[in-house]
Amino acid sequence: MCEKSKYSLVSAIAENKTAHAIDLCPLPKENKAMSDDVVVSAKDLRKSFAGREVICGVNFDIKPGICFGILGPNGAGKTTLMRMLMGLTPVTEGEYTLFDHPVSDASIHHRVGVVPQQDNLDPDFSISLNLKVYAAYFGISAKEAEPRIKDLLEFASLSSRGNEQVSALSGGMRRRLMVARALINNPDLIVLDEPSTGLDPQARHLIWQRLRSLKKHGKTLILTTHYMEEAAELCDELIILDKGKILARGVPRLLIEEHVEAEVVAIRGLANEQDANQICDGLNIRIDHVGDTWFCYSDDARALVTRCSERHELTFIHRPASLEDLFLKLTGRDMREEA
Amino acid sequence: MNVFNLIPSHIFAVWQRNFLVWKQLAAASMLGNFGDPFLYLLGLGYGLGHYIGEMNNIPYMAFLASGILCSSAMNTATFESLYSAFTRMNQQGTWDSMLATPVRIQEIIAGEQVWAATKSLISGTAIFIVAALLGGIQQWETALFALPIIFLIGLAFAGPALAICTIAPSYDFFLYYFTLAVTPMFLFCGVFYPIDTLPDFVQILAQILPLTHAVALVRPLLTEMPLTMPWLHVGVLALYAVAGFTLASHLAARRLLR
Repeated sequence: MCEKSKYSLVSAIAENKTAHAIDLCPLPKENKAMSDDVVVSAKDLRKSFAGREVICGVNFDIKPGICFGILGPNGAGKTTLMRMLMGLTPVTEGEYTLFDHPVSDASIHHRVGVVPQQDNLDPDFSISLNLKVYAAYFGISAKEAEPRIKDLLEFASLSSRGNEQVSALSGGMRRRLMVARALINNPDLIVLDEPSTGLDPQARHLIWQRLRSLKKHGKTLILTTHYMEEAAELCDELIILDKGKILARGVPRLLIEEHVEAEVVAIRGLANEQDANQICDGLNIRIDHVGDTWFCYSDDARALVTRCSERHELTFIHRPASLEDLFLKLTGRDMREEA
Repeated sequence: MNVFNLIPSHIFAVWQRNFLVWKQLAAASMLGNFGDPFLYLLGLGYGLGHYIGEMNNIPYMAFLASGILCSSAMNTATFESLYSAFTRMNQQGTWDSMLATPVRIQEIIAGEQVWAATKSLISGTAIFIVAALLGGIQQWETALFALPIIFLIGLAFAGPALAICTIAPSYDFFLYYFTLAVTPMFLFCGVFYPIDTLPDFVQILAQILPLTHAVALVRPLLTEMPLTMPWLHVGVLALYAVAGFTLASHLAARRLLR
């Protein structure tokens, strides 16, 4: 792949994003005063299943108004952390609070909206009836819910389809409807479990844009994901979780700066390790080998790029280091049996 | 948690969700609820009734109608609490979506139980009308009291069925419950004939089962048979309802809140 075309593709996506970022659909409601200093707090939090510890003493606080990411490979404990937060999994040990209430207190769900990973929309109902029935679980009457539903359908770009059955919707529309449903009680905190898994790029960008507009309206967002692009797009702060422990936490950009060199050249076509060492010889480069690709990390990779260009049998990509590089450095590049 | 901690509006929201689904398919659902008992009444009431004439000094049609009313309340509540509730719990994630809201697991179980009893009442009312048309009701002064009893019967059977639902690995599991509990009750609890013709130990066994007490309440209300110990029968049914609820809540929490 030629590096020029790679970069032009990236810039096209970036332009597109700016266009999306304009907040076209205002959110329905006034913001509740957010007096809380901390929305979620975990202190030495632990969870064991049948004697096996899956969350091993985790500590973090989430401040209001930010998007907080929980990243980690499959089986890292992300979903367990989320389920415990929603009171769906009892805490084994430690302290876990939501707006200063223990997470087991279901009445606190009045202030929380949940977008689960698994689609659990009601297949028997139309789109607007789905929202109306869900509103009733919060004690919101049908009359009170009606104007909200109208606003939320607009927010989800589903205004014209309110009477359609849920089964008629595409994956992206269903996910947008789930986000809209999570907003029916005007929550202060929205919890999203892998919000864009299985969506095509257009649908994903639309979801991201909606989530950013929620943040702009003062909502706190917590999301789990294993898409680094998603985390980079949305998160103000994140933790990287693996095997039930926090490996790193902080602001994405700073974390990358702290842990990974500035640039990456991914090279394919090198004969062996000796060949890889040779091409990097004399340059200050860290090499990582995965499958048929050599990842070469450096704070200034220009010299390496020049060398690569001279060897026509090589395919290479030169790019700035991303969250993915950080993630892979911390959690390891090896394939996992349990994943 | 006990029943007094439950929030009624949450239970109502769960009930209402099921009601709205039912409303969309009400016609088909009613047909299913009441087709079977209607055929029993026609086939056995008229066919067999012709040879039997009277049973316990009342026309067989009247004897059978009150029994079928009870057994259909049992079947309706049981089906709803096994198959339909399992679909909501396991396939559609409906219970999971409720648990993300202020609704708690005990309120879901309570809502499901009340809903199943409501369905018993709906199908019971339909059969009541058919029975009236076929001459199965003798005592109109007391007959309408049977309807709230039908609702109680629904609660009594929904509770244990919900408990079974929450431990079921799949739909196939429910066959055991039908073979071991529902069918024996259908045949040995006085729906088709008085239980005092049965051997002693079977009679004692039948006294433990809720359908026996359901029939013992409803039959005297619809016919000229005397009503004896009504509060005992009501008490047994209420006990099944409460014990079933408690057990089902506990088991549902164990299954879903891991």
